[in-house]
Amino acid sequence: MARKIRVLVAKPGLDGHDRGARVIARGLRDAGMEVVYTGLHQTPEQIVEAAIQEDVDVVGLSILSGAHMTLFPRIYDLLKENGAEDIMVMGGGTIPEADVKALIEGGWAAQIFTPGATLESIVDWINTNVNLN
Amino acid sequence: MTQKKLDEIKAAGENWRAKRSKLKDRDARFETVSALPVNDIYTPEDLGAFDYMKDLGFPGEYPYTRGVQSNMYRGRLWTMRQFAGFGTASESNERYKFLLARGQTGLSVAFDMPTIMGYDSDHPRSLGEVGRVGVAIDSLADMETLFDGIPLDKVSTSMTTNAPASILWCMYLATGEKQGVPSDKLTGTIQNDILKEYIAQKSWIFPPHPSMRLITDIFAYANKHVPKWNSVSISGYHIREAGSTAVQELAFTLADGFAYVEAGIEAGLNVDDFAPRLSFFFNSHIDFFEEIAKYRAARRIWARRMKEKYGAKNPKSWMLRFHTQTAGCSLTAQQPENNIVRTAYEAMAAVLGGTQSLHTNSMDEVLALPTEKSVQIALRTQQIIAYETGAANVIDPLAGSYFVEALTDQMEAEAEKYFEEIERRGGVLAAIDQNYFQQEIADAAYQYQRAIDKKERYQVGVNEFVDTSEELDIDLLTIDPEIERKQVESVQKLRRERDNNKVQDTLDRLRVAARGSENMIPCILECVRAYTTQGEIVQALREIFGEYKEKPTF
Repeated sequence: MARKIRVLVAKPGLDGHDRGARVIARGLRDAGMEVVYTGLHQTPEQIVEAAIQEDVDVVGLSILSGAHMTLFPRIYDLLKENGAEDIMVMGGGTIPEADVKALIEGGWAAQIFTPGATLESIVDWINTNVNLN
Repeated sequence: MTQKKLDEIKAAGENWRAKRSKLKDRDARFETVSALPVNDIYTPEDLGAFDYMKDLGFPGEYPYTRGVQSNMYRGRLWTMRQFAGFGTASESNERYKFLLARGQTGLSVAFDMPTIMGYDSDHPRSLGEVGRVGVAIDSLADMETLFDGIPLDKVSTSMTTNAPASILWCMYLATGEKQGVPSDKLTGTIQNDILKEYIAQKSWIFPPHPSMRLITDIFAYANKHVPKWNSVSISGYHIREAGSTAVQELAFTLADGFAYVEAGIEAGLNVDDFAPRLSFFFNSHIDFFEEIAKYRAARRIWARRMKEKYGAKNPKSWMLRFHTQTAGCSLTAQQPENNIVRTAYEAMAAVLGGTQSLHTNSMDEVLALPTEKSVQIALRTQQIIAYETGAANVIDPLAGSYFVEALTDQMEAEAEKYFEEIERRGGVLAAIDQNYFQQEIADAAYQYQRAIDKKERYQVGVNEFVDTSEELDIDLLTIDPEIERKQVESVQKLRRERDNNKVQDTLDRLRVAARGSENMIPCILECVRAYTTQGEIVQALREIFGEYKEKPTF
């Protein structure tokens, strides 16, 4: 039997908007994934440490504070420094289209979901893009 | 109504129902946005033991169901108060002047996340967040700039600050001093509602007990020195945005309100010395009638409890005055112009519900901070309601509607059930510790999202009437990353140039107060007058009080 996909849902930054993160965490769990939720106010260092320790396939960042252009690159770089660049970084939040494009084209995020995305579309994306080998 | 008349209505209703039940209804769920089922029709039968004088009375009179002023909007319209702030203090100052010039009647300050969480702009945790979602305020110097050229005796100012509310409030009082405005002339509100931070908004610093002490210190100081200030704005807004239902918003907010009343009484204050300055802040979501019923129920519950349970004698202590903001969570990133329409209905509900002040969201807020153009449309939406629609002519115009009265009663009854449950759990602080509110809200949020995903509930442009060719053609406000560098430089310059011995003295004095039991506000005021930064004051208190930690659950 194939193992389950492991996801770290993380809330970097100082804001406390955790509605999205918690809905997604529960939705991914209900879709059969193993989900770890970091809780609020995590630094990039704390998130990367948790991702490596929990041996996850995907890190999902929920950012509604406008700090996405700082946080995505920082977390990506830290994963790389720690030899964990195989962990996929995705995210969601209040992120303008132009920034979504810049983050994906820059390689800092594999995918970003913005308001209105369904749980199914997120689950499908993870199932399609995570390689369980 | 006589029993005979009621029997007639009942018989006619039964007849009507027999015919009506043969008709096929649309395939839809007939319930409020909070998943509260509603009947197809309401009649006098739904009012039960409705007693006009006991349940409604007259506006400005107990139990205030119909409104807190006797003449409501015929006397004065609600305060049009757009929440704004971004970048540095001087940029926000320009936005405030822009809004005041366009007929806005009160200010509402949005702080950036470092300011909300008590970090200075040059703290490592502030990286990337300075000036992003509000204005960066590190010290009194920034507060002076923020209100430069805005006379504080002429505007009322609302400040959305909670965990460090005491500090930002002291900066505002000190800015008043610099302008020559004594503190008893200042009017405005600090949000200062830490309970809903633990419950929903999650911007906390200290654990609950010292946080509650800071709040009761503010109550006592405001009562003596800043009597026209609303010392707390007990907020349901964030509870609703976090995903609660309307009833949960109503019940949890009022429960928080009662907890503050009890804390004030326990701190030795007389209830009538601080209760008149408690104010509220509610959400206005998209379900029109449910929202109106919520506001009416809120006033009635508050009045009854304050009078009967807490023994308040001053009618001002019985009155629930509130600010409203339209629901950010009802807006969609898809076809954002539609948000103008959503906001207009929500604003209308707030007005028909008797709000004292109102913020209307801008159409682009789901995407970024609003541009000047979209803020102007949002403000104009309120002006159209006030000056064109006639909604401000008649007080509580939906009173007597069988539906609205039945829904108001239902809201009250459902809220009472929550109060019982909270009491059973040992009160608000205990229930927070048990993760009760957080879990209730998370459950409601999840069910709402599932209903949208499964198309059991519609959102125009999101899961129905989707425009796949859509390309966003509205301009978005961008925050220049230079702002962070400038603000960091400015706080570091301040630390070099001020009298640092004085700063240390004021901090030492505050530490003594914090370890003891005296009121901390005079000491915080001394700190800010010496240009001690917010981060320094918070750090001093953090060393004594510790930090709150949440158990992350989902």
